[in-house]
Amino acid sequence: MRVIVFIKRGALLMKRLMTGNEAIAEAAIRAGCRYFFAYPITPQNEIPEYMALHLPEHGGVFLQAESEIAAINMVYGAAGAGARVMTSSSSPGISLKMEGISYIAAAELPCVIVNVMRGGPGLGGIQPSQSDYFQAVKGGGHGDYRLLVLAPASVQEAAGLTAEAFVLADYYRNPVLILADGIIGQMMEPVTFEDIKPGENIAKPWATTGARGREPNIINSLYLDPEELEEHNRKLFRKYEEMKESEQRAELYRMEDAELVLVAYGTTARIAMTAVDMAREKGLKAGLVRPISLFPFPERIIRSTIRQSSAYLAVEMSMGQMVEDLRLAVNGERPVYFYGRTGGVVPTAEEILERIEILAGGYEGCA
Amino acid sequence: MRLIKGYPVSLKEKEFHYCPGCTHGLAHRLIAEVLDELEIREEAIGVASVGCSVLAYEYFNCDMQQAAHGRAPAVATGIKRVHPDKVVFTYQGDGDLASIGLAELIHAANRGEKITVIFINNAIYGMTGGQMAPTTLPGQRTSTSPAGRSSSETGFPLKIAELLSTVEGVAYLARVSLHDPAHIVEGKRAIKTAFEYQLAGRGFSLVEILAACPTNWGMTPLKALEFVRDEMLKVYPKGVYRRLEK
Repeated sequence: MRVIVFIKRGALLMKRLMTGNEAIAEAAIRAGCRYFFAYPITPQNEIPEYMALHLPEHGGVFLQAESEIAAINMVYGAAGAGARVMTSSSSPGISLKMEGISYIAAAELPCVIVNVMRGGPGLGGIQPSQSDYFQAVKGGGHGDYRLLVLAPASVQEAAGLTAEAFVLADYYRNPVLILADGIIGQMMEPVTFEDIKPGENIAKPWATTGARGREPNIINSLYLDPEELEEHNRKLFRKYEEMKESEQRAELYRMEDAELVLVAYGTTARIAMTAVDMAREKGLKAGLVRPISLFPFPERIIRSTIRQSSAYLAVEMSMGQMVEDLRLAVNGERPVYFYGRTGGVVPTAEEILERIEILAGGYEGCA
Repeated sequence: MRLIKGYPVSLKEKEFHYCPGCTHGLAHRLIAEVLDELEIREEAIGVASVGCSVLAYEYFNCDMQQAAHGRAPAVATGIKRVHPDKVVFTYQGDGDLASIGLAELIHAANRGEKITVIFINNAIYGMTGGQMAPTTLPGQRTSTSPAGRSSSETGFPLKIAELLSTVEGVAYLARVSLHDPAHIVEGKRAIKTAFEYQLAGRGFSLVEILAACPTNWGMTPLKALEFVRDEMLKVYPKGVYRRLEK
């Protein structure tokens, strides 16, 4: 790790050059995470390695589990016991965790899960991908539930969102998923942690801490009476509605007079920004909406751009997943096109520009 | 008249849902008596598993977490790492522990997690209606081994106590049976010892309890107890399989 000193508004600002994975780990520790359980998998190994090295310095516990399944169930136990806890993995490992994540969501336990996505399906590859979008935003495991999903597009944002995820998890009593891709995890950028403070410790009177002088607390997801289970699911969904009301986030880039609106998150958004700049130089009125929250999908922000837009272009490192949520948000009022590379292939700005130019020429041949 | 034994405080006053002749009620009571005697009810955090005892959280009068099938030792690990000063135990059947949860069990044992596992071995899947378990005896008829378990096709009774006896993180390991009063007294002593090992911070402790399942074995409660005594104990000898010096 190198330390870089930047001059910002005349002041010295210490920035550290770190990978996204390391920044996520450091941010978690600063946010008060004291328990971390995980199993090795590329391309996220720097997170458990950083935790193994640094969490004990803060009185925390790092434990390498025997499997992703065991790791997420350790998270379930620790979260139920009232701790601020995190796990991380990459796509195939996240699939293994899905059983536990369903239980955690059902039992309304706060925790943070990091998925540094790689190409799939199956063992797939180890290069960056965004093909776990459906799994992330539609629940992923069995049953009616949602995760709060945040997608960073830089190392700095990965740190910030990770820290915030602990606050949101505690507030909503819900697992929060940081959905990054292999590039965000592996690339180095300058990052500062000056703004990251431990979130307020929300009281957890429901946690299993030993029933001293009180009635026993029970952490559970079993509802044998269908009426009760239905009411439980309705309660969960009232929470998800509150998330939709309060947590929709997106960044707008060169959208003031944009007519062709690109929609991309994470690494793809960074590349799309370059493509937008190149299009602007050619006089094409392109702009970008970069979703930061994937669940809730920032549909209000998308809706606010419909009047100015002539068409939308979703760009993803997948065969087309987020584009479905985009279509739901646009609701048929404008054409929605898709461009994606997958399997670990990263689209270039030139490729995206080509699609922009084709669309500018009359929206033909780009579906 | 003098009351020698009352209802354990560590057990909620709630009627069990277990079948007549099932060992779960007895095992629950013994654990509750041990929690009472060691005065650790308010320090205890139990983990219920998936199987007939899934509702254990409704019976034990202490903090409880319900775990996914087989994952109780991992859940208990998470709890114990957060609260090293509390007493953490799991309550698991043989389908849960010896089949789907074998990895979680062995690795929690090997890490020497300071938890206590109560393992109910009745050689069958109870809650789902009597299917074959890894612990089913050779020739034993179940709904998925209708002609009797064929060891050449489906393997042999998995002996958990013997399997764990070589694992260095295990501090105390015993197999007991609850088929008659003398064995019940012995069984309770083993449960108490297991909790004492946890309290002393010695490592992982497990008590395997041979149990009867009259409903799914298709026997009367008395016949089922005889089956435990005459058949199960032959395949699963009782005893202390590992015990670190105190």
